[in-house]
Amino acid sequence: MTLAFLNLSWPVFANGLEFGGIYALMAVGIGLVFGVLRLVNFAYGQLIMAGGFALAYGSQWNLPNWLSILFSFGVVLVLSVAMDRLVFRPLRTHSPAVMLVATFAVAFVLQNIAQLAFGTFGKSAGALASLDAPWDFGGVEIKKIAVIAVATAAVCLVLLQLLLTRTSLGLHMRAASMDFRTAQLLGVRANRVILGAVVISALFAAISAVFLSVEVIQVTSTFGLSDTIFVLAGVVLGGLNRPIPATLGGFSIGFASGILGGTLPANQSQYLPTFLFAAVIVVLLVRPNGLFTRAGGGVVERV
Amino acid sequence: MSEAAPALALDGLSVRYGAVDAVRALSLEVGRGEVVGLIGPNGAGKSSTLHAIMGAAPVVGGDIRLEGRSLLGMRSERVARHGVALVPEGRRIFGELTVEENLRLGLAARRSRPSGDPFAHAYELFPILDEFRRRHAGALSGGQQQQLAIARALVSEPDVLLLDEPSLGLAPKIVDVVFEALAKIRDSGLAVLLVEQRAQRTVAFADRSYVLANGELRLTLAPKDAGDTDRLVAAYLS
Repeated sequence: MTLAFLNLSWPVFANGLEFGGIYALMAVGIGLVFGVLRLVNFAYGQLIMAGGFALAYGSQWNLPNWLSILFSFGVVLVLSVAMDRLVFRPLRTHSPAVMLVATFAVAFVLQNIAQLAFGTFGKSAGALASLDAPWDFGGVEIKKIAVIAVATAAVCLVLLQLLLTRTSLGLHMRAASMDFRTAQLLGVRANRVILGAVVISALFAAISAVFLSVEVIQVTSTFGLSDTIFVLAGVVLGGLNRPIPATLGGFSIGFASGILGGTLPANQSQYLPTFLFAAVIVVLLVRPNGLFTRAGGGVVERV
Repeated sequence: MSEAAPALALDGLSVRYGAVDAVRALSLEVGRGEVVGLIGPNGAGKSSTLHAIMGAAPVVGGDIRLEGRSLLGMRSERVARHGVALVPEGRRIFGELTVEENLRLGLAARRSRPSGDPFAHAYELFPILDEFRRRHAGALSGGQQQQLAIARALVSEPDVLLLDEPSLGLAPKIVDVVFEALAKIRDSGLAVLLVEQRAQRTVAFADRSYVLANGELRLTLAPKDAGDTDRLVAAYLS
């Protein structure tokens, strides 16, 4: 059975959904922090990289899978909070440009540390490799990881939506991302709201790292890097400041990348980014405010 | 911390932005159940005074005391949690949130756990908000948004309420609604510091009004002075 009208096979379609789910999580992770800090964190990919290396160590130490996943979550969480405390918090009152450059610096520092520590070939994180094998759905073979990634992403996004709409922390985070100063004047605790965003963002990075480690078993200093660049493009494509457009943007670019990855002939797969970014440029030319923002509802820089 | 300490006291407060003195050695007191008006021309330092109280403007001298305790050096969120609520200029409501969500934000600074409906009092004061509680605040009219901004401040159960030009841009009928609500708020025992452009109305309404010009206190007026336009004009132009 195929999706004949799209000339796609089900496994390729599932691959698109899988990357759509992973990239949607990453997009929300980046978008949440942008919302409260007005900061595009280019070092997000290095959080994922750190998660990947943690998984690799888990494999090396023969930890049970659940423990290496937990270890990976811990590493990403600690690194993310440290990044906020040591770099972003002291620079919080500076211009967005300063913060942006700082995240580049953090990204390169972490990447180079990884390169020095783990070498060019990195480490292997094979623990979850078995998830790359397919399940048989009535004759259609879908990779386990695709099903798990899509389901997990959906659950995470629903839980996040509940947190944002049903809890006071969520309400405070939404208010802070709309008008931080007024939120503070009302007694909303800035540090609590920022910590909330940083922690959720880190959790989503860690989850993405686990899934990506199934696709890319060899963890190197560039693990998660190209994914992050795609996601950043996707987030811009969707609209940065709103969780739902950011999610849709991340999903779209992930879906497109999964489909293209599955349909491009193997010897042309290095052109994947070219196709993706060409598509992003075209979309932005047509809809500069993003694909999923309402007219006039674009991102406005608030002081 | 004695019983005699006024709810809010400014003692020689000076605020400076870079080289510009916004407020110079301003002293005033607001007692419980009292409305104090702060009027004066644009740039007189009225809003800067309120921002300084909220910890959102650079204080270079003097002190700000709440029930005798200094608020100096506290960040806005802590000042709010100590019982000072600001109704900011331009209302600053969250248009994409519902009316009720805006009110829930007011709970952020509340010191005691609410028992029963925490918004009952606000809805009683402004019934229109009850009616529109599920609506997006951005869909409200200017006057309704102003009522929401005041209600949001009251939900935190503050001891001191600061209002920055609450009647700005409102139709006369709505201004009446706002002032009626302020009268009830005063009667409930709050200390209210009211910054306004409507000088005469403020002087007539407040227990006492200070005229600020160039960051300095120029004149103190009682309600009976509201008709004395000559003194007002002279103070504005001085």
